[in-house]
Amino acid sequence: MKRSSHFIAAIIIAALGFLPVKPVMSQSLVADLSEHHVAITTGFTGAELLLFGAIEGDGDIVVTITGPDETVTVRKKDRVGGIWINTDEIAFERVPSFYAIAATRPLEDVAPEDVRESQQIGAEYIGFTPAKVYRGLRPEQISEFRQALLRLKQSQNLFSAKVGKITVVSERLFRTRVWFPANMRPGLYTASVYLIHDGNQVSAQTTPLRVEKVGVGAEVYDFAHGQSALYGIAAILIAAASGWLAAVAFRKM
Amino acid sequence: MYFYLPIAEMSVNIFLILGMGGGVGFLSGLFGVGGGFLMTPLLIFIGVPAPVAVATEANQIVASSVSGVLAHWRRGNVDFKMGAVLLLGGVVGSSAGVWIFKVLQTMGQIDLVIKLCYVVFLGIIGSMMLIESIRSMMRARQVGAKRGKLHQHNWLHGLPFKMRFRRSKLYISAVMPFTIGLLVGILAALMGVGGGFIMVPAMIYLLGMPTSVVVGTSLFQIIFVTANVTFLQAVNTQTVDVVLAILLLIGAVIGAQIGTRFGGRLKGEQLRGLLALMVVGVCVKLAYDLIATPVDLFSIGAALAH
Repeated sequence: MKRSSHFIAAIIIAALGFLPVKPVMSQSLVADLSEHHVAITTGFTGAELLLFGAIEGDGDIVVTITGPDETVTVRKKDRVGGIWINTDEIAFERVPSFYAIAATRPLEDVAPEDVRESQQIGAEYIGFTPAKVYRGLRPEQISEFRQALLRLKQSQNLFSAKVGKITVVSERLFRTRVWFPANMRPGLYTASVYLIHDGNQVSAQTTPLRVEKVGVGAEVYDFAHGQSALYGIAAILIAAASGWLAAVAFRKM
Repeated sequence: MYFYLPIAEMSVNIFLILGMGGGVGFLSGLFGVGGGFLMTPLLIFIGVPAPVAVATEANQIVASSVSGVLAHWRRGNVDFKMGAVLLLGGVVGSSAGVWIFKVLQTMGQIDLVIKLCYVVFLGIIGSMMLIESIRSMMRARQVGAKRGKLHQHNWLHGLPFKMRFRRSKLYISAVMPFTIGLLVGILAALMGVGGGFIMVPAMIYLLGMPTSVVVGTSLFQIIFVTANVTFLQAVNTQTVDVVLAILLLIGAVIGAQIGTRFGGRLKGEQLRGLLALMVVGVCVKLAYDLIATPVDLFSIGAALAH
């Protein structure tokens, strides 16, 4: 296996303290991803990456992976005149399009609430905020919308519903698998690895992951967004030509 | 086998899409309807975002209308003059429709309006067709039904800008077809349909056109109205997924051929009755979705990338 040999090689280098510059090395923690590039091709159905590394000393390891930020509007339906209509809405800013977390132990055992909150460890501490002041909405209503956003993102498999497992080998080496679903957004992702000892963060490291569309799909997307008028005309011509072709092809039959 | 749709940004089973295209194509061949009113709700149902479903379906209808109009053209069943007036209204209407679509989308009400349009229009058309086909089935048993005048004269014939439409054997005001084209154009843009199911009855009952030229003329103007919607959606919202449209098209072309052959074996009244049942069925399903308590009261929409 190419992937596992990479893994072993990286671990050896890491153990020797020789890892090349890219993922910035800190004293007691070193980590890397099996790939730094995910290509969304025509046959893309999701991707699984391996995050691995080594630690020196005791502690718990927490891994978070966040996707590029976006603004998301959450809407709530209410019954109006017998039918369900979107009534209230809140737009949240700086919502990561993707959020996955893994840890060696349950999060509440790893670190106290204030540390988890400041490091945004755990989906409930992701730091997105309403895009503007919503007068007439009480804080508990806003929190209800927040919860709904988390829940809906989880149902789309974009936020991990539970904390993933991290396997630790001989108290030195660790690895975890991260699943990226097919509906992931292209952009720059960040994997953050924390080493936490006695509830205090001892060490941290981040490593980037680039997700992009490639191949025919990417070209279609770029065409549609870059030269949208031309794309529209092309779409019409393709449709008209295939409609004509179909009529001619089936005429004799 | 999965396929990643570049604009819808989702991975779909290619056979599901081909099957949907084939199924709807079969029904449209069987009944001689466009099928947009079935395909757009189906696409939304499998998770394609509503704007992508509506815009892409418009693109697909361009193809099916071109393919359909050729047969009618060969038989001389297209009134180009009437079609031109209708499509003039249609282009204005569908441009307005695309604009309304975008406004409703930012307000978060587009899904509601799409569903309401479907419920109202499919409900009206479906029940009218149902009543009509039941009546004609009953009338078929009686002998010697009365034959009425070619068409009735009313205040609509007093409007200005009178024009002669030779093929339709009509001398009426151009305001009427223009207005019909306009209103159907708005609906076509909002609902992701060609609008034939509204256009055809309007042409027969409101304009008094002979049935022989109605379908061909309607198809002729639908080509341009849906082409206009495709173009404007591509420019304004970038929601036309050519890859999805082509996949749907492949299924639809094959399905329609089988459907047409099948349709030849059924009687006209039976066909209309079945079509009416299907239209009412879609309407009831969508109406139920609006009334029933949703599984989740919350929804997240239109994520904008930074």
